[in-house]
Order: sequence, then structure tokens, then C-alpha cells
Amino acid sequence: MEALREAFALIVGLDADLFEILGLSIRVSLISLLVATLVGLPVGTYLAINDFRGRRIVIIMTNALMGMPPVAVGLMVYLLLSRSGPLGVLGLLYTPTAMIIAQVILITPIIVSLSFQVIENLESEYRDTFRSLGVRGGRAIRAYLWDARYALTTCILAGFGRAISEVGAVIIVGGNIDHLTRVMTTTIALETSRGNLDLALGLGIILLLLSLIVNAGVGAIKEFAKKRQYA
Amino acid sequence: MRPSAIALAVIVSTAAHADAHADSIIVQSTTSTKNSGLYDYLLPMIEADTGLTVNVVAVGTGQAIKNAERCDGDVLLVHAKAAEERFVAAGFGTERHNLMYNDFVIVGPAEDPAGIAAATSAVDALTRIQRSGSKFASRGDDSGTHKKERALWAAANIDPDPGSGQWYLETGSGMGATLNTGIGVGAYVMTDRATWLKFGNKQDADIRFDGDPALFNQYGVIPVSGDKCPSTNTPGATAFRDWLISDKGQQAIANYQVDGKPLFFPNAD
Repeated sequence: MEALREAFALIVGLDADLFEILGLSIRVSLISLLVATLVGLPVGTYLAINDFRGRRIVIIMTNALMGMPPVAVGLMVYLLLSRSGPLGVLGLLYTPTAMIIAQVILITPIIVSLSFQVIENLESEYRDTFRSLGVRGGRAIRAYLWDARYALTTCILAGFGRAISEVGAVIIVGGNIDHLTRVMTTTIALETSRGNLDLALGLGIILLLLSLIVNAGVGAIKEFAKKRQYA
Repeated sequence: MRPSAIALAVIVSTAAHADAHADSIIVQSTTSTKNSGLYDYLLPMIEADTGLTVNVVAVGTGQAIKNAERCDGDVLLVHAKAAEERFVAAGFGTERHNLMYNDFVIVGPAEDPAGIAAATSAVDALTRIQRSGSKFASRGDDSGTHKKERALWAAANIDPDPGSGQWYLETGSGMGATLNTGIGVGAYVMTDRATWLKFGNKQDADIRFDGDPALFNQYGVIPVSGDKCPSTNTPGATAFRDWLISDKGQQAIANYQVDGKPLFFPNAD
């Protein structure tokens, strides 16, 4: 109850820090999602419609990568970006960019795997038609992606869910620095460690609300587009 | 522009944005100074006086030192004097200054099952905890607090490791998480006073033992060496250190209070 009141007070009070943190959460997650989608959808589709040596292994690997522990990914990216690491000269550790890199690594396999499933189902239906029409390569990938666009939104939402809720990786590579790399999940971790459990839970409720809004928004757009299509 | 090129542009511009604060420093810090709210109080003053943007990464002392050894910080602000002196001796830091102190306390449930309120020393308190079969939650993370606690067990001639998972609970987490766990299972926890005063989930736990000089908790500040780590912002790190140990900085530390109680006592040398 107290947590609900905290959440309500923060939202109604237009708490400036809250909106900064929420804004960074959304920015980091959306950019990660954009990159992961641009990479993941074509790769997933390619895997679904092409046969090549080692294809099954690649598919199994990608499925397994969906279960990568975020902390391990965070550590990997940390060691990579550490000033004494191989990419240290870029000076990216403890920046939002570092958080985006970690999240792209985490969510790309999700987008690849889930889009693979969607396109694979479609492929058995389209295969003969596409073959007779000579649709191949990039054109085929684009055609599949377009026709599966509604089902693919679920893949993308799954990626968004992972990105916005993730804490293990971003706290390591971002450092939870106030006004620089502090996002919703790392704030929840911080407030929990300060013993401010009501505030922490209140922030959790706000994060849940954000997730609800995004999902409802995408759902509404999908319904609207479908209706227009068949109208 | 192709979509991937747009994405790349977005990433690069994000990176450029993050680098916009050229005159910024990263402080590898212990958690207690952050959880106690000290930085929230000091940083606006430091940023106003020095023009620096100060970014604080708060982790356990052990991890903070390791991060700084990897050059991922410009200043180290921790509380484990022996480890700090090794850090400087190994060439990672320029020089160490005492900054301030507070003390450790042992908190425990209201019934005080081990009766440590009557203990004559910290060592006596730990002995009573172990003898009475009470639970003790340890950081278990190589932090400054953990190092101190292990030293006290050693002084008491008790090896808690065989009881690990039974009465000796090593959380491997920060101070706050360890307090949450310890209080949740009715265990005793050793914590720095500042974190405890600011801690929001005390329930029925409170300070059951304090005041032994053996529980003294010294904080030190060390700029990371530009020789070992060429990427270090040495002028920024030095300015930060100088501000903290200046009369103004020391007075500011003394002025920081929670519920009318000072949390840290300045003693820069």
C-alpha cells in the first residue's frame, strides 16, 4: 500500500529525477532494441529460409544464447571496455553507450530466435510460390518480414521486455552513476540496498506501468492496422 | 541512409553525448559513502567550486580497488587502510590521505539473544554471538567492512567458515543487501554507523554493541596514478582530493548530519 502511495506521489509530483531516470531507461532500451531488431530480424529470417552447413548448430546456439546470464554479459562487456581492456581507448565504460552494447548482446539472440520461429512457419506456406516466382535473397527476406510483421511485433516486445527490466549487466557496465547512467532497475537496486523498500517497490510499479503502456500501445496499433488492412 | 547506418549514427551520437563532459572524473567508491547520502550532500558543492562533473561508482572496497587497478577510475575513496597502502605501494595511486572516520557497530534483533549489549569489547561480542548459537550475516565480499569483520573474528580466535550457511551467513552483497538479509533472519550484522543511521528497513533491529576503539573505521582518498593509467584525469582527481581535505571540505563533511547526528568525522592529514 505504502509502495503504491510512493509511486503515485512520484508520478503526480512530476519528480524531475524520476523522469530523468525513466527517460534514460527508455532511451537505452529503445536504442538497444532498434539495433537488435535491425540485426536480429534479417538474421532470423535468413536462418529460416536458407539451408546451409551448420545451420542447425547456429539455431541451437542462438536459442541457448537467449538464456545468457546478464551478469556474465555485463562482465564480458566491462572487461572489453575497461580502460585497460582491448577497447579501453574508446572511453565507453560507465556511459549509456556501454549499457546499450551490453543490452544489444542480450536481446539480439531473443529477436533472432523468435523471428526465426515466426518466419519458419510462414516459409512452409510460401516456399513453392516464392520459388516459382524466383523471389530470392534480400527480396525474399523483405517479403517475409513484411508479411509476418504482426507476429514479429511480439518478438520485438519480448526484446523490449528483456531490455527495460534488465539490471545485472547495466549496473556493471554503467556503474549506476547519478545523472549519467542511472536507470529504473539500478535505482530499484540502490533503494533496496538503502532499505527504502517502499520507494523501491514504488519504482517497480512505475516500471510495470511503463511496460503496460508500451505493450498496450503496440497492441492497439496492431489491431488498428489489421482492421484497416481488411476494411 | 540505410537503417544500419542510422543505428550507427545514433550510437555514435550517444557516445559523443556521454563524452561531452570532458572535465569529469570517475570516483571508485565504497558503498557506505553513497548509501549514507554523503555524496548527494557534497557533490553539488564540489561541482560548484571545481567545475568538475563527479561520477561515483559505488561498489565494495575490494571491487573498487580492483576497478581502479584496471584504470577504470580517477580517484579511489574507500576504507581499508592496509589494502589502500598496498595500492599506493604498487604504483596505482599517487598518495593516500586520511579523509574522515566513523565507526562500525553491531546491530541485532530486539531480544539480543547473544546478550552482546553486555559485551566488554568487539571481540567479546563476536564470541558471545558464536557461543550462543545466534546467526551472523557477513558481507562476504572482500569489502572494507568484510575485511574488518574477518580481522575481528581472527582476533577472537574463532573461525566462522565451518558454520558458513548455518549460523555464519555470507551474503556476498553490499551493506544494505546484507542488512536486509540479516534483519530478515534475525541475525547480527556488523555495519558502518553511517549506513545504519540512513538505513530505511530497520524493523526491530538496532545497535546492540558499539564504542570499542577496535571498531574504528578510517576512510582514505587516493588519486589514481597517471603513470600506471595514462587515461587518468590527474588534474581533476587532484582537485577533487584537494577539495575534500581542504578546510572547507572537512567542515562540509562534519556538517553532514542525519536526524541530527553526524555520520562522518573529518580527520584529513
